[in-house]
Amino acid sequence: MITLTHFLVVSACIFCIGLYAVLAKRNAILILVGIELMINAAILNFVAFGRYDKINYGGQVFALFAIVLAAAAVAVGLAIILSVYRHYKTINPDNITDLRD
Amino acid sequence: MEKFLFYAFALLAIGSALLVVNLKNTARALFLFFITLFGMAGLFLFALADFVAITQIMVYVGGVLILMIFAFMLSNKALLSDMQNISTHFLSIPNWQSLLLSLGFLTVMIYGVITWQDQMPNWILENIKTGDIIQATDNNINQLGVKFMTQYVLPFEVISIFLLMALIGAAHLSRKEEQR
Repeated sequence: MITLTHFLVVSACIFCIGLYAVLAKRNAILILVGIELMINAAILNFVAFGRYDKINYGGQVFALFAIVLAAAAVAVGLAIILSVYRHYKTINPDNITDLRD
Repeated sequence: MEKFLFYAFALLAIGSALLVVNLKNTARALFLFFITLFGMAGLFLFALADFVAITQIMVYVGGVLILMIFAFMLSNKALLSDMQNISTHFLSIPNWQSLLLSLGFLTVMIYGVITWQDQMPNWILENIKTGDIIQATDNNINQLGVKFMTQYVLPFEVISIFLLMALIGAAHLSRKEEQR
């Protein structure tokens, strides 16, 4: 029998790996991968708690919504990364220092 | 047996996620991200969420990762030399400030989970008592479909409009600038 704690510990590990990727990476695409890891950890929590809620199925339904939101976020984020690359010729967030048009 | 498989999937997901953030080569890291997502889909199965697991594989592996690889190839002219050039530093050196921050966060969360596990929320205890927890023999997909079309129909419609907006916005952002 796999308890709730197992899921929570695994998702905490995945979340922190994603946090590390967001903080340490020098490449916008890998930062997006880190954000995806964090969203996946949250979805794992949703699903693990949703197991105890048969009446509403809230966990699984909102896990599906979260997957859709993540897909939309990736589509917009990659479009922004591509136009930033076209403008600055780099995707290192440290080199993109001005907000001018 | 169940526990062994769970630990195997958890190790697969965590180990490959660690490799993803530590590899120097972005192309390798992106392809390794497939493995992480498959491991996470396997973990969803252990929470009896089969439909979520299949959706995860279809949406992420079929959509998100292909998009990411496209963006990577469009934004990196030195991709080929990057792939052929196997440097002596296979793993990048961890950045200690970020490592410290994320390890601290991990400690806080594990501590929270361990202190929390003695006192489950009331709704979980009640549902365990009345037997309202999802069993492996339940027809999940059928129930999910009914819920989507009755109880959660408003969030469902809102999210479909949102997805449409996001896709139109992405197409608009990534178009070529017209000549002025």
